[in-house]
Amino acid sequence: MEQFAPLLRSKDKQPIRYLVVDDSIFARKNLARMIESFGGRVAGEAGDGCTAITEYSRTLPDVVLMDIIMPQMEGIEAAERIVRMHPQARVIMVSSVGHQENIVTALQKGARHFVQKPVKPEILYDVVKYVMGEDATTVVEAATGAAR
Amino acid sequence: MKLELIQPFINAADAVLAQTLACQTRVSTVTMEQEVYRRRGVAAIVTMMGDIEGRIVFDLEPATAARVASALAGSDLPQDDGMIHDTVCELANQVIGNAIASLNDQGFRFRVQPPEVHTAEHGIGNSEDIEALVMCFDTPSGSVFMNIALRFPKCDA
Repeated sequence: MEQFAPLLRSKDKQPIRYLVVDDSIFARKNLARMIESFGGRVAGEAGDGCTAITEYSRTLPDVVLMDIIMPQMEGIEAAERIVRMHPQARVIMVSSVGHQENIVTALQKGARHFVQKPVKPEILYDVVKYVMGEDATTVVEAATGAAR
Repeated sequence: MKLELIQPFINAADAVLAQTLACQTRVSTVTMEQEVYRRRGVAAIVTMMGDIEGRIVFDLEPATAARVASALAGSDLPQDDGMIHDTVCELANQVIGNAIASLNDQGFRFRVQPPEVHTAEHGIGNSEDIEALVMCFDTPSGSVFMNIALRFPKCDA
């Protein structure tokens, strides 16, 4: 897999921590590989919305990658509950069900962005960078800043 | 079955398989079937309810499923590995999700259940008034079959 300039947290230059939520083990592994190529770390995983809420509170990740169609509780509802409890939560919906209505609903419920499956690593990387904003820096930027 | 229902699935399967397997694909055969569908190997079934209802089966011969899952996992998986079922379900999820996104944007509204692995030895029956379209996509890993049986319930009522 292509390697990207590592994205780090601006505040402590540590890897960005992700919570990966998807009922497919294959999809979770695939996202974990991408996260690794971004220089990030998987802080937790969940296979449904209910577990995602518990795992969010336990791990307090920097970014949540959330599928939509899952058993027990779907991703949009889980995203809404997480954002209600943790308004600073950065939830990115990652789903194959990328129609306009779903995207608008997810954004209205507090998700920050939407990435359609199959996920292209370069697109997810740009979205994470955008969602993290000034709270993330690339290793190149960090090194330049330190040299000043 | 109307072409406007089928085309989004053909486009989505072509796009998802080409991207995930990083290869060219082509539809080699298209047939209409009225008999029960018997799976060829590892099959995932997705049911839809709403303005359009029915089911789609995504089906790979065991050796093909193992090759596809191994290619995506980056390591050789035995044919009985649980990851193979999961991979086929996720591919079905992506194909069908992309297709329904297109149908939703055309104004159709429906609910889709998460894919389920179809393991029964007996076939999947079609409703007496739904004919199934079976497509075979040729990929370097082998043949991927998609069986689509959909209808407009309101129009048929």
